Formats: sequence, structure tokens, C-alpha cells
Amino acid sequence: MSDEGFDEWLDAIGEGEAFYLECDEGHGSLPPRRICPHCGSFELSETPLPASGTVETFTTVYVGTPDFTDEEPYVTAIADFGPVRLTGVLRDVDPDDVEVGLTVEPDVGRNEATGDRLLVLRPR
Amino acid sequence: MAGVRVAGVGLTQFGRHPERTGRDLFAEAALAAREESGVPSDDIEELNFGNYMGVLAERQGHMAPLMAEAAGLDCPATRYEDACASAGMAVREAVRTVRSGESDVVLAGGLERMTNLDTADVTEGLATAADELFEIRQGMTFPGAYALMARAYFERYGGSREDLAHIAVKNHDNAFENEYAQFHRKITVEEALDAPMVADPLGLMDACPVTDGASALVLVSDEYAAEHGLDAPVSVTGTGQGGDNLALQDRRDMASTPAAEKAADEAFADADISPGDVDAAEVHDCFTIAEVLAIESLGLYERGEGIGAARRGETTADGDVPVNLSGGLKAKGHPVGATGGSQVVEMTRLLRGDHPNSDAVPDADVGVTHNAGGTVASAVVHVLEVDR
Ligand SMILES: [Zn+2]
Repeated sequence: MSDEGFDEWLDAIGEGEAFYLECDEGHGSLPPRRICPHCGSFELSETPLPASGTVETFTTVYVGTPDFTDEEPYVTAIADFGPVRLTGVLRDVDPDDVEVGLTVEPDVGRNEATGDRLLVLRPR
Repeated sequence: MAGVRVAGVGLTQFGRHPERTGRDLFAEAALAAREESGVPSDDIEELNFGNYMGVLAERQGHMAPLMAEAAGLDCPATRYEDACASAGMAVREAVRTVRSGESDVVLAGGLERMTNLDTADVTEGLATAADELFEIRQGMTFPGAYALMARAYFERYGGSREDLAHIAVKNHDNAFENEYAQFHRKITVEEALDAPMVADPLGLMDACPVTDGASALVLVSDEYAAEHGLDAPVSVTGTGQGGDNLALQDRRDMASTPAAEKAADEAFADADISPGDVDAAEVHDCFTIAEVLAIESLGLYERGEGIGAARRGETTADGDVPVNLSGGLKAKGHPVGATGGSQVVEMTRLLRGDHPNSDAVPDADVGVTHNAGGTVASAVVHVLEVDR
């Protein structure tokens, strides 16, 4: 399955060219998107995403969906990158060592069960 | 604007009925509501039906006409879907339809069949209430999403797993005497804390069970009730709905639920009441933390204050404002697409005085119900009042 807009956004993250959509009022959002969800502006432009974010909340999941059974337990985290937040699977860190405030960077990983790409966060 | 009365209510036993079809479950609840109301089937002008995952559980889309047929109705039928808020939305649209004068009698309710699926498929089905691209692919489950909100709440306001355990204990206590509840087993704080972790910081005893069940209500105009001499002392005097971004990451704040605040503000203004008038509440405690967010959104508590309410004994059956006297989703059970209707059914019984827990609120005039979809990207609140 391909998801135009989202796939290219993941491509960009994988190439170290992560971006978000910035409206003319400075609000952030993520593609695919035609209109700013905050103010209704149609003026959306691709703007470089800050290189690092901080974990705002996270959970260690012991009972995952069937696509994630092989990864249990795994950590899903939401990190604040300033104009946008990103939800990702936190990798390269022991679940017991994760804390709110941890500095992370985005990357593209793969779900081995489905072959789908996914957004990954790694400590930076 | 026509007033709206609850003429009859019906529920199935909530619990595990893996062998029973959805149509049979809904028919049981609908026929019970019809019988209690005394309204002839020809007078029922519409069916508003809530369901979330029938396509996954029974490979059944287009459920509403099927459910009308099962309930012995020959009328237009429409399915409402807002995840766990599906039946609450079906009730809301019924209220609006009766108020508008478009119909005098509407049957509203919902159904979910879940236990015929294995745990993995239920987990996957529930997860689809989240954002597929930005959440599900990153392993977000339904408990995981509320765990993210719980940690955000703890970070902002403080609170502990023990505070949450007191909510689970309270709701199991309340379900004990409720004949429709899934669990008739009291638990202790220690038991809740010792339960296996599902999505840290939430454990198994913070989570509602997987439930089959159905709910139904016959809603009529004041005029119809008077004309036909119906015994219908409970009215729906307020309704409100709110919405929010689907993905948690896009919310302004992850430690509160503004959609429910909007729904509550609208419903309270509609009924011309304030939070201080509320005598009892049935709220959407799919996870213990959700009850905290709900009572804060309803204005019963300031933000950050709801976490200790059960522990302090303020929301228990003998507290100032009992919350989830039915047992809530936690212990009564959560047949997703039926839950919102069941809350209105239970509040109706509580206010009429024929609920096993009515003696906890003998003088209650005003009850509210709070039903939320997903991580509260959709929310619906109703105000019910009883003739005294
Ligand atoms: Zn904007």
C-alpha cells in the first residue's frame, strides 16, 4: 500500500531531510494536508524539522497489536519538536532507562512483521 | 422545542456471549426497552443505532436495517459510528430529532460483539480508533494511548498508580449489585497494583474488559408521553458534543480532554444547570485515568484535582457526587458501540429509583452521562432530570 504525501515525508526523514508543514501564521502540521488544522491557512510550505526533540510522554507496551507482537515489550513515545510533535517507536534504549525529557531524533525503521516502514525515535 | 422523555430502557447482560449474534443481542435490549415503554412498534419512527467494529467482528456492514428488523421495527434505520462514543451519538441524534418535531418516538441504542475475536484481533480492532498513519503504525494500542495520557497527566499534576487503583476498586464495588454488570467481584487496591502491566503505567486492573452487549432506549416527546399516559419520569434536558484532533500528538494538551469540556459546556447550558447541580455521573472510564479526565472535563473537579477523588471517597457510592454507580466501563463492561446508550439507561434507572444502587442517591434530581470516542477526539454529554 502506498500513502502519497506520508510516504514522501518518511523518505525525507530517512534521507536526513526531515520537514514539517508550516503555515503563514507559523503553525506546524504533517503531510498529507491541504489546510492548516490550526487556522485554516492554505499557505503550507515544507520547513526543516528541528534536528532533535524531547520525549513528552511514553509508554512501555506489553500487549501490542498483532503487527507488534514480536517487539513486546516496546516503547511508544510522543516527542515535542517545537512546531509539531511526533509519535514513534523508541529504539536503541532500554525501556527502563526512558524518561520524560529524553532528547531524541527521528528516523525511519521497519516493522519486521508487516514490512511497513514506521517512524522511529532514537536517543541523540 | 419539544421536551424529550425516556419511555423505556433495555440492556442485555454485559459480559461474554461469544456464541450470540449481534442481531440477537440487540433484539434482546430493544425488545426490553419497547416492552417497558409500552409504545406500539408502529409508533416508532426511527432507529438510531450505534456500533463500532461489526465489520471486523461479524463481517457485517450495513447493520442498522438488520437491527431494525431484529427488533421488530419497520422504520428508517441509521448506524452512528464515533468509536466508543457511537451509541452516545445515536442517543444525541434521537434527542435532536424528537426536539425538532421531526419524530415523536425514536429508538436509540447500540451493540458490540467482541469476545468471539481473540485478544490480538480485539486489540487491533480497538486500535483502529487511532490515527493509522501517525499512531497505529508506531505501535499505539488503545491502552497505550491512555497510558500516554496518564503519564502526561502525572507529569503535569502528579498522581500515582495507587490513585488510579482506588478508581478500579470503587467501580468494582459499584458493579457488585448491578445485575447487568460483567463483574460481580470486589477487588482491593493491592490486587489492582499487582495485576500484570498492559501499557505502563496502566495495568490490567486499570482497563475495562472485553465485552459483548447491547443497550436500547425509547425516547418520546413530552406531548406523546402525555397523550398516551406513559410513565416516563426521566427527561433528557441537555445534550452536547465536542471534537478534537484524532492524533494525540496534534492536541494542544495531552493531560486534559477539551472535546469533553466542550460537550459538557454545551449540555449544561442546554439544560441550564451548572456542575454544582450534578447529583450523580456515569462517565467513560475505559481506563481508570479516563475517569479522572472525565470528571475534570465535566467541571466536577479542577484540572489536576480529579486524580484523588476516589481515594478521598468523594466519588464513591457514599461520596458527595457518586461517579459510575453502575460499575462504569471498568466493571459493568464496555461493549464499545453500546456503551453510550447503556450510560443513559443506567442513569435513567438510578434517577427513577429502580437501580440496585439508587439508594446511594435517593434524592438525586440531576444526572449526567459522559461518553468518549477513542482518546476523546469525540465526546458527547447528556443531562438527565427526574420529575420529583
Ligand atoms: Zn495555521
